[in-house]
Amino acid sequence: MTLPLLWNGNCCFRHIRSKPQPRRRRLIQTGAAHLDFQCRCTIAVLRRGKARAQSFRIRTRPCLLVNATPQVSHADRNQREQPVIFDRYCTEGFCDELFVADGQPRPIAELLIARIESLPAGSLERRQKAAEAAMYQLGITFNVYGEESGTERIIPFDIIPRIIAAAEWSSIERGLKQRIAALNLFIDDIYHAQKIVKDGVIPEELIGSAASLRAPCIGIDPPRGVWCHITGTDLVRDGDGRLYVLEDNLRCPSGASYVLENRRLLKRTFPSVFAAMNVRAVDDYPNRLLQTLQSLAPDGIDATVVVLTPGMHNSAYFEHSFLAQQMGVELVEGRDLTVLDGRVHMRTTQGMQRVDVIYRRIDDDFLDPRVFRSGSTLGVPGLMDVYRAGRVALANAPGTGIADDKAVYAYVPKIIKYYLDEGAILPNVQTWQCSDSSERGYVLANLDKLVVKAVNESGGYGMLVGPHASAEQRSQFARLIRAEPRNYIAQPTLALSRAPVLVGDRVEGRHVDLRPYVLYGSEIYVLPGGLTRVALRRGSLVVNSSQGGGSKDTWVQFAPTEQQGSRDA
Amino acid sequence: MLSRVADAIYWVGRYLERAENVARFVDVNLNLMLDLAHTATEQWKPLVQTSGDAEAFAKRYGEATQENVIHFLTFDAGNPNSILSCVTAARDNARSVREIISSEMWEQTNTWFHMVRDAAGGNEALGALNEFYVRVKMASHLFNGIADSTMSHGEAAHFLRLGRMLERADKTTRILDVKYFILLPEVAEVGSAFDSIQWSALLKSASANEMYRKRYGQLTPAKIVRFLLLDREFPRAVRYCVLEAESCLRAISGSAAGSYRNAAEQRLGRIAAELNYAQIEEVIAAGLHEYLDNLELVLNSASAAVFDTFFSLRPIQVSDSTHANGNA
Repeated sequence: MTLPLLWNGNCCFRHIRSKPQPRRRRLIQTGAAHLDFQCRCTIAVLRRGKARAQSFRIRTRPCLLVNATPQVSHADRNQREQPVIFDRYCTEGFCDELFVADGQPRPIAELLIARIESLPAGSLERRQKAAEAAMYQLGITFNVYGEESGTERIIPFDIIPRIIAAAEWSSIERGLKQRIAALNLFIDDIYHAQKIVKDGVIPEELIGSAASLRAPCIGIDPPRGVWCHITGTDLVRDGDGRLYVLEDNLRCPSGASYVLENRRLLKRTFPSVFAAMNVRAVDDYPNRLLQTLQSLAPDGIDATVVVLTPGMHNSAYFEHSFLAQQMGVELVEGRDLTVLDGRVHMRTTQGMQRVDVIYRRIDDDFLDPRVFRSGSTLGVPGLMDVYRAGRVALANAPGTGIADDKAVYAYVPKIIKYYLDEGAILPNVQTWQCSDSSERGYVLANLDKLVVKAVNESGGYGMLVGPHASAEQRSQFARLIRAEPRNYIAQPTLALSRAPVLVGDRVEGRHVDLRPYVLYGSEIYVLPGGLTRVALRRGSLVVNSSQGGGSKDTWVQFAPTEQQGSRDA
Repeated sequence: MLSRVADAIYWVGRYLERAENVARFVDVNLNLMLDLAHTATEQWKPLVQTSGDAEAFAKRYGEATQENVIHFLTFDAGNPNSILSCVTAARDNARSVREIISSEMWEQTNTWFHMVRDAAGGNEALGALNEFYVRVKMASHLFNGIADSTMSHGEAAHFLRLGRMLERADKTTRILDVKYFILLPEVAEVGSAFDSIQWSALLKSASANEMYRKRYGQLTPAKIVRFLLLDREFPRAVRYCVLEAESCLRAISGSAAGSYRNAAEQRLGRIAAELNYAQIEEVIAAGLHEYLDNLELVLNSASAAVFDTFFSLRPIQVSDSTHANGNA
């Protein structure tokens, strides 16, 4: 919906006052004392611009707005006749998530931008600081490896949300479901007949040489044939405005907790505009996650589900404990678990208690020292035997890493075609395999234009961003590629889309990606939104939190037809 | 509930109670010193002895000046029993079980930690210090209130309370010990204004002054000892704490009163019985210090038994999986 009118306090205020119909009068009497001008403006604009069918929602909204935000005084309003905060915002030719061009918000973002511009001077910064202080106070932090022990930081958080229109989301959702379904069939096939290899779709050599292939998983049949229960797929928007899959994360993807916490903070920060924007809720995630995990247990048993963490010093510990808490299940460490009588038990104050489903947040290599890395104390000796016997379920299943090997990634469109006989809805980023001699030649000749990635690294490690790298770094990567070609892929440097972020008291564009979360239990569910990660350094293309990236709340709007009905669904 | 989790919650209770108690001692002593300024008898050493860390203190600080003692007990990260260390340890424990405790409890622990750490970073004036100790005590009360009203009164809450009660019982015995043994006044000073100021300071460090007055009126050493040791209604009296701790244990294990299923219950039950039937005249006649010393020892052994019974993560030896903790 394009709003015909941007913020103009006098006009809107008069608009309400001059037509004192009974309902409106009640609204003003009950709510107006607590509403700031922008809220009233929003009501007025919506009343004019929207169809009558929605008048119920418009009428009820102000109740939510009471006391929601600092009030705008007359003095502030007079000083702020002209919006200033975005006036110098420049897209610099990049595709921008909120702006079509300089000074021209996308239709989906108009209300948000107008709202932000109507805030009194300094208010946005104050809200940003308040949100950061709240995160710190609440301990929503991650641990920084290699720094003084106990060092915690909040993941930098930007207060301006990103908005995704309903239509685009619906295509993302279909694309992700398709992709996860195909990848799951692929994993299952790899650990069984390997038909896709025998049919020549994927080279045998590529699978055989994958460091993420887990021999102990061959022949395992996980419950319902599902391996990848929790996926976080990274999407980026290129200069052409299209979304591409950058990579799949099927092992222990992090960040869902930040989606929930960012949302909580944003609801507190922009309650009025949030209420007017028809944003799809994300609070359902822990419940969906629990359902997904419970679906892995044999039918009819009241399954004991636990989250397995490496412990308090892991960088994602906040997430582990948050998810366990939100699901109401135990957060266990390896030392809490033991295998007794062919089953996994946890040591409790009342004795041993059986565990049926483990949402493990430790890597394959550390799960069971008898099967994988022998020196590890993070896991549980004998766990894999119990798993193979079908007496405990693991999510994600060990071995899923084969599908997010970055060399396998290049084949995902073929994988989708092979198993589902469909074209990929979400395209891949063009990828060159260094294991292929001609592609390697191209990569080596164009290192200054490409991004090179090690196939089994994550978190922005083991990566060369060619155009930003020094000659020395490029020649070092050239040596690495020649020494171990199977371990590297290359992709073009994308003109990642940007979104406005608050930098000091002004707004500047920063590159973003998007990590939606997909749950696969008895059905496939995609959390509406996901984590928008932001490269906070000017010009940087690396968004990982371990590389100083931040995050934004991601608002997926309801489609016009689903606004009323599916809100409570 | 996981043994590791129970252990962590128990220690959250103990550490936070300990931080509160240290704040009480120091705060009362700061006020006491103001009252006694004219006598020029600074009494800071007993505080260190109360905490049981006299040796470590002597080694690192030497002289027990006001400044040294206050820093040692309040902000010294190298002293495991300083307020800063206790709150840090409590927060670490709370952090490792934040999915079990309510988020309000975690938030309060975290806020408290930041408050103490920020204060430790600054150079607090004496007046601000007073204010600081009040804030520490209030933070503790707030935490207890939050815990009481936001967390189910189930096993986790019982372990939290168990830790708090055992810690409090221990600290009250130490407070009594300090006065009776270390501050033992010259015979001539018994009953003097100096003596009564000290006795009332002692009551104040247990927040017991008003409650004592309501119960007994005049300050009499024997009655004060009886109040802090044997009262069954005053929440910082040793007997009250032990009975509460015992009932937490029973709630956890389901044992009936007068019986026991594990070493922790047996030892705590024995202490409770002793306190239930103690005669204050006999206690004083036999030597209060010896009595308190022994009480601290048996409380420690009860605490060790709690560890063995519920928390110890020794390798599993039993194959019968349902009674693994038995009478360990």
